[in-house]
Amino acid sequence: MKPFMHLVAAAATVAISTVLVAAPAAAAEAPDALVKRISNEVIDSVKADKDIQGGDRSKIMGLVNEKILPYVDAEKMTQQAAGRHWRAATPEQKQKLTTEFRNLLVYTYAGALSTIKNETVEFKPMRGAPTDKDVEVRSQVNVSRGEPITLNYRLSNESGSWKIYDVNVLGAWLVQTYTSTFNSEISKNGVDGLIKRLADRNAQLAAKPLAAPAK
Amino acid sequence: MNHAVTLSQLRTCAAAVAVLVLTGCASTANNPQDPFESYNRVMYGVNDAVDRAVLKPVATGYKNVVPGFAQTGVSNFFGNLSDAWSSVNNLLQGKGEEAGTDFGRFALNSTFGIFGLLDIASEAGMPKHDEDFGQTLGKWGVPSGPYLILPLLGPSTVRDTAALPADFGGDIWKYKEPTNWRNIGAAIRVVDTRASLLDASSLLEDAALDRYEFLRDGYLQRRQSQVYDGDVPRQLNNDDQDDGDTGVNTQVVPTPVSTEKP
Repeated sequence: MKPFMHLVAAAATVAISTVLVAAPAAAAEAPDALVKRISNEVIDSVKADKDIQGGDRSKIMGLVNEKILPYVDAEKMTQQAAGRHWRAATPEQKQKLTTEFRNLLVYTYAGALSTIKNETVEFKPMRGAPTDKDVEVRSQVNVSRGEPITLNYRLSNESGSWKIYDVNVLGAWLVQTYTSTFNSEISKNGVDGLIKRLADRNAQLAAKPLAAPAK
Repeated sequence: MNHAVTLSQLRTCAAAVAVLVLTGCASTANNPQDPFESYNRVMYGVNDAVDRAVLKPVATGYKNVVPGFAQTGVSNFFGNLSDAWSSVNNLLQGKGEEAGTDFGRFALNSTFGIFGLLDIASEAGMPKHDEDFGQTLGKWGVPSGPYLILPLLGPSTVRDTAALPADFGGDIWKYKEPTNWRNIGAAIRVVDTRASLLDASSLLEDAALDRYEFLRDGYLQRRQSQVYDGDVPRQLNNDDQDDGDTGVNTQVVPTPVSTEKP
């Protein structure tokens, strides 16, 4: 009888610990693991695909839409870039502004992707408590010449999954870098003026061939 | 054209500009870090015109024509010379380990790396730390001061401009004899640097609605990050850079966000 009870107890222990350990893991991938996975998937796809390296826009856009956008909180990015003007915007303006800003970032990012060659990405240890809802994932891109390029991400977890809401390239945060322009454009021409400006730029970028590699 | 003359002219020019600016250009600035915006925008336009007319086309040609290994050799060579000065600056900032690594890089690459043409130190796991005297001053607590665009040299700040004479002095190539070798080398160095920035500058053109503002706000953040070696305290980051026109801090602190969603 005793061995049987042992077995039950052991099974119960295993079951409970599996639930305890596995459940949170399934609910939310850790932020650094998430960024690492996205980053590896994207780099591998680019390295494996000659069309992307050659600047095939539709393929690059497909890659960005599939692998990256689901993990980006575009609304939060836009809100922070718009700063105090966000509150004054109508829901429709907010939505349009978010869409246009997101598209601009996609176009820019697509341009950057086609330049990937031999770079490797190295992740640094996470800081902060595991319970944090807002974290910074730090990495660096090792390039063939010169100092490595800083590439950090801010992520927040507001609804059970981590989403990226800011990126730091070479020491500059993207959102902060747009803040001045958003602010001065909105002050001059209102939220609609900024939306139009972004839309015009996006149309221009959509029409322009992606910069093909020099050789 | 004599490069030595160009350098000292540049310095005089920068000094003259600083004086001009400090004695008060009319300013319509709306960013507290950029009180000289009206002057800066003009100088930005001049630099941009020179770049489009001369430097960018030359750098593009260089990138397309010169074999990749030769380009890598050129940037390794000048990068190696700058490692020596980085090492001094690391020492001045009290960073003994980095100073040692950079000096080790310089020693290793200058000898086994054939005068720095090969960067074998990086492959041996000795990372490069670019440091200049402006960063050293920053580390010592000197604030960056206003943003300043220098003729031909581009974005800087008052602090970093003040540090330039030291950086020029710490540049080993400056002492290269004879002079025409020095000048040719200096020209190649400029072209190679510009060539390495071609991808970045075309990204900038795509990404920025107002290139002047985008470059300024990115540059100032980058310099601050360099002073802190990539580890800017978050609070400081937010305090230092606000959106400008009213001093209202619209920043990146995410806490109040959820309540404002539509």
